[in-house]
Amino acid sequence: MKSFSNTYIFVFSTIMVVIVAALLSTAAMVLQPLQERNIKIQKKRNILSSIRIENNAKNAEELYDKYISNSFVINAETEEQESFNAFEIEMGLQMKKSPEQRSLPVFISSLDDGTKKYIVPVHGKGLWGPIYGFVALNDDFITLYGAVFNHDDETPGLGAEIDTDWFGAQFADKKIFNKNMKFISIDLVKGGADPESLNEVDAISGGTLTSDGLEKMLYDCLSSYQTYFKNQMKNNK
Amino acid sequence: MSDREPLFSSKNIKLLTNPLNVDNPITVQVLGICSALAITVKLEPSIVMAISVIVVLSVSNVVISALRKMIPPRIRIIVQLTVIATMVILVDQVLKAFAYDVSKQLSVFVGLIITNCIIMGRLEAFAMSNSPWTAFLDGIGNSIGYGVILIIVGFFRELLGSGEIFGYPVFEKIGIYNIGYENNGFMILPPMALIIIGVIIWVQRSRTKELIEES
Repeated sequence: MKSFSNTYIFVFSTIMVVIVAALLSTAAMVLQPLQERNIKIQKKRNILSSIRIENNAKNAEELYDKYISNSFVINAETEEQESFNAFEIEMGLQMKKSPEQRSLPVFISSLDDGTKKYIVPVHGKGLWGPIYGFVALNDDFITLYGAVFNHDDETPGLGAEIDTDWFGAQFADKKIFNKNMKFISIDLVKGGADPESLNEVDAISGGTLTSDGLEKMLYDCLSSYQTYFKNQMKNNK
Repeated sequence: MSDREPLFSSKNIKLLTNPLNVDNPITVQVLGICSALAITVKLEPSIVMAISVIVVLSVSNVVISALRKMIPPRIRIIVQLTVIATMVILVDQVLKAFAYDVSKQLSVFVGLIITNCIIMGRLEAFAMSNSPWTAFLDGIGNSIGYGVILIIVGFFRELLGSGEIFGYPVFEKIGIYNIGYENNGFMILPPMALIIIGVIIWVQRSRTKELIEES
């Protein structure tokens, strides 16, 4: 077998790494606009799914324009912040800030039956990476209408099940405030939720850490909207 | 090379056809089972996965084979892995740009092509000691051998598990539910992929003389 000097090995690996790096960064830059467009469409699809509207990659933008009638950004004192575009806000970045400094997007949708749904984004940590989604509330601001969750790299078959239809469907008609108007969020219960319970859903078997992360995400994100929800309830009366 | 052989000599043709039958990476060498279980619930991701592996394996085989005389043996495994990883990342980026839905379904398994033993095995066993053209044929042959099994498994799992082909409700259209048939939910679960692969191995072994072991 031919033998190679150490210098040769170093030079060889350096050249190889530089070529590979150049190739990969070019590919990443060229494909980025297309990928970002896909991510935007996916976000619109998630918002639509949270209000239980069937959609696909082709009609998502059209349906989004049809059903999402308004969107705005509020701060912790629930004042509207006009300089922000709700769709562009990254909930992940907002959740890293202290509660007073967060800019929180709200999407309002008018459905075909004339009812209004309020959609808020949620973002948190799963086991391996970020988990995120959208939660839609009825206009009483107590009952959930729907929810959809997504993840970047949870374990397929276990934690990754949070993006399935059956998991999201459990959240419909659950309540995030109790009778005394105390914020209770939604509990993910291992070993089966009590069907009578108003704020329990089944956790994912084998996905305990993802389920815990999701429960914490719902609590953290929805609680930042508490004041807004309560103000809206007063306005309703 | 003094004795140039034709591009498609019978030896080269064998490189293409053997992996489809007597040397199949999944059913005979039993490699790459992990991904075969995970992404064959539906036909579409199976096909995309098969195409991805064909691209990754054939290109890495050619690259490694072209460089084989320059690669220092002491770092050859690292070089092979770098080439495979580069190809896989490229495939992943392209899928994210042009087939976002499928890329979400395949999720981590595109990245896991890097660890697919078939690819590493072919680079080390074949490309390191053969010319680029034969390495290319070997790559195509082996990845198609892998892909064909994936597609067969994906076809049966989607048909029997969800009653659909490419998301089109076949069973509903031909009215098979009316006579009391129900979708087999077990088909959706990974163990069923193993059983289907087992059945394929059984059928293949009983029909191919070369594979029948003497007892």
